[in-house]
Amino acid sequence: MIAAHGGRLVNRIAEGDLRTELLAKAEKAPRLTLNSREVSDLEMLGIGALSPLDGFMGSYDLGSVVKSCRLANGTAWPLPVTLSNKGVALEEGSDLALVDAADNLLGILHLQEKYSFDKDSEAQGCLGTTDEAHPGVQYLKSIGDEYLAGPVWVLNMPTYDFANEHRLTPRETRVLFKARGWETIVAFQTRNPIHRAHEYLTKCALELVDGLMIHPLVGETKSDDTPAKVRMDCYETLLARYYPADRTVLAVYPQAMRYAGPREAMFHALIRKNYGCTHIIIGRDHAGVGSYYGTYDAQEIFENFSTEEIGIVPMKFEHAFWDKVAGAMASNKTAAATKPEDKIFLSGTKVREMLTNGERPPVEFTRPEVADILIDAMASKATV
Amino acid sequence: MNNKVTLKIPRPLYERIQQVIGDSGFSSPTDFIVFVLRDLVGDRALEKANPEADVRPSVTNDEIAEIRRKLENLGYL
Repeated sequence: MIAAHGGRLVNRIAEGDLRTELLAKAEKAPRLTLNSREVSDLEMLGIGALSPLDGFMGSYDLGSVVKSCRLANGTAWPLPVTLSNKGVALEEGSDLALVDAADNLLGILHLQEKYSFDKDSEAQGCLGTTDEAHPGVQYLKSIGDEYLAGPVWVLNMPTYDFANEHRLTPRETRVLFKARGWETIVAFQTRNPIHRAHEYLTKCALELVDGLMIHPLVGETKSDDTPAKVRMDCYETLLARYYPADRTVLAVYPQAMRYAGPREAMFHALIRKNYGCTHIIIGRDHAGVGSYYGTYDAQEIFENFSTEEIGIVPMKFEHAFWDKVAGAMASNKTAAATKPEDKIFLSGTKVREMLTNGERPPVEFTRPEVADILIDAMASKATV
Repeated sequence: MNNKVTLKIPRPLYERIQQVIGDSGFSSPTDFIVFVLRDLVGDRALEKANPEADVRPSVTNDEIAEIRRKLENLGYL
């Protein structure tokens, strides 16, 4: 089984006597309300998905990540995992109870450091822009100026009203892969419904490995992305009808999107290594938004690191489409079609327009069962 | 009141740290030393709170059995 990033799978879920002791400490500690991204990050820290991190980052790690895409100890790491203060008066060395928006206790942080960091530097270094139209920049502008750092323990896992049967931790996926006898596993990260192009990529990848984990991101996304609940219906339907059950697993990835393009592609890869995956599909403009990143940036970032320090293998794919000449899915690398009119590929805007009008996109673009779920979701949204 | 104190370390060690930090993101040997000490002291506090925290295996055999039961119940196995 592939080793976790940094060598050891972290476990920060408090149990038994430790949990009892920490619950008592949390009762007396000041309470900090986490935003949606921070709740996701806390859960990810707890289950070890962000190994080797065992808490929210301090200034040295953050400075090093922003500047050189590495933690302060040199470990490759592309994005900040930080906790913002919300005006709570705190002293370094104290404990802090972490709660969600409904004031449910989720965890405890031992405050090692509170510090400020220049947000423009963070945005420019990690997102490649300070443009306030970028959702990642908007997030940075929306939070406080002070970060709180230190190790965390999760005392209660966040609760959700969907996909609970698919919320597997890295420990659980590792046991699952072993039980199924899979030695090589490819992860497919997505925040969209799976259309024929994505189905093609995942099946091409599966031809080369033992198993496929469809691992949709279900944390916070942009308001115009398809809601995670709707996507889950699409994935379940698609997998039940069009994928080999004994070679495919559907589990969810609770992280929030950063829309950080190449750095987030690397982030997604390292985290899937922690889940036990040996390969990950990296398409063009992976985790991108708007036109902030170059077409191949998300694939090229891996070339800045040695194979050993990344560990997981990025499987780099071109855009796929239906090739009318060959009568099959293809990419520009494999297509017989040379004319644009012989390649069936629809833009996201066009697809949304068709679905809103209750029209199914062509079967060569999306499976009818998936189209119907999306049309129903659009109709429900329109009537709300 | 200044909330910082001065520590003395051997000069060769200081010079070695200067070389080591290079382009690592630390702006000075002091930054590096504070980072290492904070990490070390934090870890010790953690060990005191939970002596088994840093030595327990990622997954024990009992946990594997429990996880397998969960995966069977969910239909994964």
